[in-house]
Amino acid sequence: MSAARSEAREDYLEDVIRASMALAMFWGIAAFAVGVLIAFQLAFPVLNLGLEWTTFGRLRPLHTSAAIFAFGGTALIGSSFHVVQRTCRAQLFGGEPVAWFVLLGYQLFIVVAATGYLLGITQGREYAEPEWYADLWLTLVWVVYLVAFVGTLVKREEPHIYVANWFYLSFIVTVAMLHVVNNLAMPVSLFGTKSYSAFAGVQDALTQWWYGHNAVGFFLTAGFLGMMYYFIPKAANRPVYSYRLSIVHFWSLIFLYIWAGPHHLHYTALPEWAQMLGMAFSVMLWMPSWGGMINGLMTLSGAWDKLRTDPSLRFSVTAVAFYGMSTFEGPVMSIRPVNALSHYTDWTIGHVHSGALGWVAFIVFGMMYHLVPVLWGRRDLYSKTLAEVHFWVSTLGIVLYITAMWVSGIMQGLMWRAYDELGFLQYSFAETVQAMHPFYLIRAMGGVLFLIGALIMAYNLWRTARGDVARAAA
Amino acid sequence: MPTKIEKDAVTGQNTTGHEWDGIKELNTPLPTWWVYLLYATIAWSIGLFVIYPSFPGITGYLPGVVGYSARQELADKMKVEKEVRAPFLDRVRNGSLEDIRRTPDLLGYAVAGGRVAFAENCAGCHQSGGAGAKGYPSLADDEWLWGGKLADIQKTIQVGIRSMHPDTRTSLMPRFGTDGILDRRQLDDVTEFVLSLSTKPVDPAAVERGRRLYAENCASCHGEQGAGMREFGAPSLTDKVWLFGGDKPSILRSIAEGRAGVMPAWGERLDPAIVKMLTLYVHTLGGGE
Repeated sequence: MSAARSEAREDYLEDVIRASMALAMFWGIAAFAVGVLIAFQLAFPVLNLGLEWTTFGRLRPLHTSAAIFAFGGTALIGSSFHVVQRTCRAQLFGGEPVAWFVLLGYQLFIVVAATGYLLGITQGREYAEPEWYADLWLTLVWVVYLVAFVGTLVKREEPHIYVANWFYLSFIVTVAMLHVVNNLAMPVSLFGTKSYSAFAGVQDALTQWWYGHNAVGFFLTAGFLGMMYYFIPKAANRPVYSYRLSIVHFWSLIFLYIWAGPHHLHYTALPEWAQMLGMAFSVMLWMPSWGGMINGLMTLSGAWDKLRTDPSLRFSVTAVAFYGMSTFEGPVMSIRPVNALSHYTDWTIGHVHSGALGWVAFIVFGMMYHLVPVLWGRRDLYSKTLAEVHFWVSTLGIVLYITAMWVSGIMQGLMWRAYDELGFLQYSFAETVQAMHPFYLIRAMGGVLFLIGALIMAYNLWRTARGDVARAAA
Repeated sequence: MPTKIEKDAVTGQNTTGHEWDGIKELNTPLPTWWVYLLYATIAWSIGLFVIYPSFPGITGYLPGVVGYSARQELADKMKVEKEVRAPFLDRVRNGSLEDIRRTPDLLGYAVAGGRVAFAENCAGCHQSGGAGAKGYPSLADDEWLWGGKLADIQKTIQVGIRSMHPDTRTSLMPRFGTDGILDRRQLDDVTEFVLSLSTKPVDPAAVERGRRLYAENCASCHGEQGAGMREFGAPSLTDKVWLFGGDKPSILRSIAEGRAGVMPAWGERLDPAIVKMLTLYVHTLGGGE
């Protein structure tokens, strides 16, 4: 048995995963840097530089796409290749050529999309800004990704499919469906960049948010839960808390999530029945989401002491805590009267970032701190102290970010709706913008800290890959 | 792959007997609180579906027992707000500007409402409090292009300046340089003269040459003495208030290229009562006549 195991071990593709780690680190830093820039642009509009390519409007999708798709997506592809091979005890289906095609084809999509944003080429669909030709290319890459993943599951040498792979597979399948439907469009000409969506009016709005919310659900939640389900038990060296909970929360999560999109369109032209459905399914989503948190945290029973010594686990567990907080906040914000206050305010931005920074980025950091030494065959990280500094600097950054956005968002919502005793609006829009200025500064500082943390991480991982070991401080 | 169910020493739970890359799973039952909270959210949702509009059908949707309609909710809220404002607003709508100005409680109301309307609609150009900016006249001083009496201000707000309104206030400062009316030297001379109206002349010879050019080209709108004429919206050139800058290059550019700021006609966008309140608010800013 053990002979077979070690034999299979040598077959695993690792070059492509090593490349994905480096690329994910690069995109992460790029995404955080652009985020910091646009945060400062909001506080100081002069930083738009008066150039069309550097305006907030063009850089904002650059930031969101770099964070979600370039950083998150590359980390998901790389980690899923690692996890599916190890937990199936099989080489990735299609071998090197397929694996490299998926990773590099995806990078090409990112570069085409990002350069297009700067040139002003956009569909204007949130989180789906790339135009038709980039969408077609991504569809091809994604189908190959699906084939590679499913092919590996099919030829697995384990009798059962591990839970991490359920989540990765649901992420790949659902994102394919979302991407294709949301991007149905007619190009104006074969050689032009412009296309028109197949949808119009409120149907278009709902299609966009069906896509948009499930991008959160299946890209940013299911995919990274797959990551969590492998790397937390692996780093903690403990069995997963509950197989039954895995099953129930997996199926309830993917059944309920797909209905929740309409909560982005409360108090709009969307019919009220659709708003109510979206709200109800968002509230029902609370426990299925928390199932993942319970399984993540409770897996540490008997291994909590490792939080002190293992930076990877510390990031992963903090990520799960932020995941729990965000997935409680989300259902609350989906309730219509709450949404009446929170919608269109910075509260939403804060919510997204407690998920994006706290959950997505931290679970990726945890994965990378674990996986980089494994992939490069190092005993340990170059410096645990640096990883610890990264943890605290980034955590402080997140706290500054989300608390600033809570305060400014709620303040903004309250100012918008404030009437004086004569029945007049108490504040003009410009006054609400002025009131938000200090919080924009705090948010930008939070972003700076997060960026600094990522730079420390990149240095630490680079030295780790080189095989250096920092001398322990006396 | 042999599966072997083991008992976990820490939790006392059995494993499922599966193992992947060294990872095992416990067969822990679902946490009770988790299950009950899940049921509670489902029950809450079913209640919501009964009460409010929910599932769609082929031609309509389940309306719910309370007959809720988002449109109706908005209409009801708007109605309540309208009723709160109606008593004062009707008095503003029906009274003359002078009468409102002389009725303290009504004036207070109008100025409060005008402040909000100004902040939402006007401050973008005229700045908060009507402080003005380059190209956008200050409304807080007593320099008025088109008149500072209540009726003048009201008309300016209603019809705008060089707007699409048929009765818009309009006038055109010629482009003396661009259109070749004056040559480079003449432009310089007339600029020196204009400067001399408000400051000490620097080049007396040029001022003298400019005086004749001014009389021929500018006096018809800006007046013989440069005092300005409100029927043309022509500003006084004798004070130190300059809409487009009072240094020599700015004045030269104004003469050479002309200036024609635009203000929209708000009478078509805003309730007449709001226009009145705006008028009274602007009038109180500092320079009302």
